[in-house]
Amino acid sequence: MTLQEYTASAHNFEECMKCTVCTAYCPVVPVNPLYPGPKQAGPDGERLRLKDPFFFSETLKYCLNCKRCEVACPSDVKVADIIQAARIKYSTSKPKLRDMMLASTDFMGSLARPFAPIVNGVLSLGVTKAVLDGFMEVDRHRKFPKYSFRGFEGWFKRKAASSQAAFEKKVAYFHGCYVNYNFPTLGQDFVKVMNALGYGVELLKDEKCCGVAMIANGMSDKARKNAVSNVQALSEAVSRGLKVLTSSSTCTFTMRDEYPELLGVDNSAVRDSIILATRFIFEELENGVKLEFKPDFKARIAYHTPCHLEKLGWGVFSKGVLKKIPGVELIPLDSACCGIAGTYGFKKENYEASQAIGKPLFDQIEAVAPDFVACDCETCKWQIEMSTPYKVLNPISVLAAALA
Amino acid sequence: MKFDVAIIGGGLAGLTAGLSLQKRGLSTVIISAGQNAMHFSSGAFELLSRTPDGMPVDSPLEDIPLLPGDHPYSKIGLPRLTALIDQVPQLFASAGIKLQGHALRNSFRITPTGTLKRAWLALEDVALLPTVETSVGRKVLLVNLAGYPDFFTSFIAEGLEARGSSVRICSLKLPEMETLRTSPSEMRSVNIARVMDTAWKSVVDGVKLHLRGEDTVILPQVFGLKDESVLSLVRGSIPANVLFVGTMPPSVPGIRAQMKQKAAYENAGGTTLMGDTAVSAVLDGGRVVSLRTRNLGDHPVEAGQFILATGGFFSKGLSSTPSRVYETLFSLDVDYDADRNNWYAYDFFTPQPYLDFGVKTDNSFRAVRDGEAIENLRVIGSILGGAHSFKLGCGGGVAILSALAVAEDLSNELK
Ligand SMILES: Cc1cc2nc3c(=O)[nH]c(=O)nc-3n(C[C@H](O)[C@H](O)[C@H](O)COP(=O)(O)OP(=O)(O)OC[C@H]3O[C@@H](n4cnc5c(N)ncnc54)[C@H](O)[C@@H]3O)c2cc1C
Ligand code: SF4
Ligand code: SF4
Repeated sequence: MTLQEYTASAHNFEECMKCTVCTAYCPVVPVNPLYPGPKQAGPDGERLRLKDPFFFSETLKYCLNCKRCEVACPSDVKVADIIQAARIKYSTSKPKLRDMMLASTDFMGSLARPFAPIVNGVLSLGVTKAVLDGFMEVDRHRKFPKYSFRGFEGWFKRKAASSQAAFEKKVAYFHGCYVNYNFPTLGQDFVKVMNALGYGVELLKDEKCCGVAMIANGMSDKARKNAVSNVQALSEAVSRGLKVLTSSSTCTFTMRDEYPELLGVDNSAVRDSIILATRFIFEELENGVKLEFKPDFKARIAYHTPCHLEKLGWGVFSKGVLKKIPGVELIPLDSACCGIAGTYGFKKENYEASQAIGKPLFDQIEAVAPDFVACDCETCKWQIEMSTPYKVLNPISVLAAALA
Repeated sequence: MKFDVAIIGGGLAGLTAGLSLQKRGLSTVIISAGQNAMHFSSGAFELLSRTPDGMPVDSPLEDIPLLPGDHPYSKIGLPRLTALIDQVPQLFASAGIKLQGHALRNSFRITPTGTLKRAWLALEDVALLPTVETSVGRKVLLVNLAGYPDFFTSFIAEGLEARGSSVRICSLKLPEMETLRTSPSEMRSVNIARVMDTAWKSVVDGVKLHLRGEDTVILPQVFGLKDESVLSLVRGSIPANVLFVGTMPPSVPGIRAQMKQKAAYENAGGTTLMGDTAVSAVLDGGRVVSLRTRNLGDHPVEAGQFILATGGFFSKGLSSTPSRVYETLFSLDVDYDADRNNWYAYDFFTPQPYLDFGVKTDNSFRAVRDGEAIENLRVIGSILGGAHSFKLGCGGGVAILSALAVAEDLSNELK
């Protein structure tokens, strides 16, 4: 080890040169005066917190963990990691029942799904929303994602698993809670696209929620348990030479980067094998694999890069895949946060800030007036569908729709 | 991923080259680790402010022939350089960036410490005087915002008074800034600029209350981070000549210009890999074949031509060990003094010799490694050797003009 490596600080915080560039790119600063901003909440605050945890401020919860500060920082300071790590380490506030419910996407999903028609009906009732708003502090303007009666895993076992065996080449699929409980169609589209590329699909032996919402809601212990379990499930697939594909940019980012950085869970054996499906598809197409497309497919698509995909640096692949579909006119939207940040925007206290953050994006979408919006994140989808008249499709679903 | 040209570094040089190449119909990618020197700049570009023997330059085009042969301007040659200079205002205007000034005569900007410095072109909200004798105003109201530490009114006042203006300083206490003031370390230009998007009216009202017949009002450059329309609103509502003067970094005009350049580049079809770092390169038979980046891992960025625009030490394009100075990505040949004792000047206020170190190139800006030019790797911007940009005052010019020269060469070659 060199001397420099010995002196490296946690999340590079000592590299900070106090330039405030991060603050110029933080979406929360202009809309929420209570938020101290990335520099103050991150490296500046860390200096004080290291002296005395008294300096920890609960206002750090206003950070969206969008990582835009990190993308902008000229000194490679992991600003958002510092902030999230500080919340994990110092926060004494217990998650509220509401936070636990919002965070436990898998638990809530498995409770709600068998009663999906009833739950969806009840959740969309004005009176339920008023109750949620009043007692649970879930903002009444929010539309809840619908629960799907039949989950993706169930569909896969009944309808798809047997036919997958016929493929010689295989990939594993980490579907995430959203595909399983709310939107199995995306998972079905994924299987369709993979099969068209010549790959059979397997599910992991035991998939757990990636844990992103638990990290955001002060439930890092639970998140760590899920992370350990997922790394084990991923290792099982990876050890058989499988790549593990995902259709959610946030699950991908969480398992690749937040596991080691924030939860201290070693994922080095599997990290490089966790791949967003659009990257895999892009590479297949670049390597000459041909897909049959509908001759008359036409779509004018506005593409929104979710913050975590921006941080991963893989937005190019999703845009690249969409561009390769004949008949697609692609309009990349300006890089901007939609404001939802997972469960953040659901909370009553964040609703206004959340909508104010997203406004420039919504305005741009309306100005572009596309046929629909494409985006790789489920929570961005809810936010954009609630805040604009446009439908949002995952690039995988667009591809599935365009296949002959 | 395959492109005609891959550019490493998204500062002034990389973005200028990228935009120019996209406009010429080539497909390009810019890989950029974090933000760049423009975020700390004055908002004015220097073309040439001093001759090699330290004399001030009034007419840059007349004095450029005095530069030594290894200076980037000499490599471009005066006739071509003049033609490229003419393209600059229009290229920036196409990105929505209005520039003032010209190359025939240097103008003068007011620095954050109240002195005057030479400038070639300046962004809209950089107070620019046509000559050193020009009066800023007979009576000047110099306005700061209460609690803002990065605008040195007494220095500026001293500088202006020495040049014959009578200056009165006032400080505005705005209710809109109260929450910012609770954490003094956040009283920085960019934060204030965001408040000013809506609070500019209070500034105007405050200034009007303080005005006692002054003909000129000076404000800090803390207006219009994303969109410069606030500038004309402020100018139009104050009954005096309104000038904006530089603050300590970060630079609001610099950041705005960079955001616009990036947007224009993307609108022209360019691909950006922001927050990503090129970590290694694959070469074959003296040519660069592909790059690996931190985010893309084993997915290569392939291109026919490559441009290195990674800035100097400040942006980590150059680095050093106790015994050697090296270029961080390709280990290119670097022009530097082998004796470490000569790297620094002990007088803090003289130009530091290490700032002159840079990458060696041939006359077409092809990078040189182990004495051999790499055929498809060009070098532009502040990492270029021979520029002496701090000593000569030519940083902005070298970044923009080396970028345009290389973009022109590459598009001629590739077509
Ligand atoms: C603090 C400061 C202030 C200045 N102010 C002025 C001024 O007011 N007027 C003027 O004319 N000149 C000024 N200069 C001179 C300045 O260098 C040039 O004007 C110009 O902005 C330099 O642009 P550049 O694109 O060459 O480099 P930079 O702006 O430094 O950009 C280099 C970029 O490359 C990126 N990079 C580095 N390594 C990698 C890698 N391996 N992979 C991916 N990306 C990488 C960096 O992150 C950075 O974004 C200033 C310089 C500094 C340092
Ligand atoms: S964290 Fe990075 S961007 Fe923010 S102040 Fe520090 S060095 Fe600048
Ligand atoms: S992660 Fe996003 S919200 Fe949090 S400090 Fe950084 S830029 Fe701001």
